[in-house]
Amino acid sequence: MLQQRIKLFIPLIVFAVLALLFWRGLSLDPNAMPSALIDKPIPAFHLPTLEDTDRLVDQEIFKGKVSLLNVWATWCPTCYAEHGFLVTLAEQGIPIFGVNYKDDVPAAQKWLKELHNPYVLSVVDADGRLGVNLGVFGAPETYVVDKEGVIRYKHIGVVDEKVWTQTLQPLMAKYQ
Amino acid sequence: MSGRWILLVILLLTAGAAHAAIDVHEFNNDVERQRYQSFIDEMRCPKCQNQNLSGSDSPIAEDLRRELYAMIQDGRSDKEIVDFMVERYGEYILYRPRLSPATIMLWVGPAVLFLAGVIILIVIVRQRRRDAQVKGPVALDPEEQSRLAALLNESAPPASANTAPSDYSNKESRS
Repeated sequence: MLQQRIKLFIPLIVFAVLALLFWRGLSLDPNAMPSALIDKPIPAFHLPTLEDTDRLVDQEIFKGKVSLLNVWATWCPTCYAEHGFLVTLAEQGIPIFGVNYKDDVPAAQKWLKELHNPYVLSVVDADGRLGVNLGVFGAPETYVVDKEGVIRYKHIGVVDEKVWTQTLQPLMAKYQ
Repeated sequence: MSGRWILLVILLLTAGAAHAAIDVHEFNNDVERQRYQSFIDEMRCPKCQNQNLSGSDSPIAEDLRRELYAMIQDGRSDKEIVDFMVERYGEYILYRPRLSPATIMLWVGPAVLFLAGVIILIVIVRQRRRDAQVKGPVALDPEEQSRLAALLNESAPPASANTAPSDYSNKESRS
């Protein structure tokens, strides 16, 4: 008899478990993309820079100090929004490398002249091949790269004061 | 008039094709074309997450289609191509997840649930059958028998009064 009673509670228990799972699901970010390149070195590339299109650079530029890699383009409104803050960071002495992603070179050069250039240099990734190797799916994206040129963190979207102080700055300090 | 109808039907039938992105690629043979097509159908556009690569016009989908095309032209194997994409974009990019510890539930879950259902059903049916055999058919004692007869007599409808609500559906289906 008691066993029968207990059986009556099975639907309630199933409901409770499902409710808990669905509740948890509500707070997950459906747009979160797990990054596959965390803790892997920056992929090899050999590309010109925006500052001097005759000069080719490769992944060795990231070695020696902890830096930020910022994927940007003139067609990206969020990049415009975060540009001012990147300039502030550069003024504080944070090394930021740019990847000018699928962009028009003269337009990008004009953008940097008008809005100030926060980048140590910007790599021209005109056909988006470096972007594919980095696992980029949009701009802006900002990576924390350690002294050995290994990607440690990837931030998708705008970098502002909050993202910087809460996430990027502690990470840069950690790998220093 | 019928010409218009035919036009309408043709337009409706071809409307689906308008969603597909248009790239011009030349393939050496049909196998390569089919491999390319199945890759772009089964990989997810990272930017627009409910579309596959073939259905998306976003720049990243375009780039990935170009990479896929280049790799197929290069003669890379299916495994190499899938690994290339997963290394960069994670398992996430595959609409058809690979068999791995993380996805094992997706692959075997339905079969396990189905089997569990069948087993539970068999157990219940057997139990009932065994119970019925142990108790044997339930015989009514004389008192119960007479009560049953009284109840049956009471509720038997008179032949003329066939308008009881319980008979309504019956009448309906006849008319």
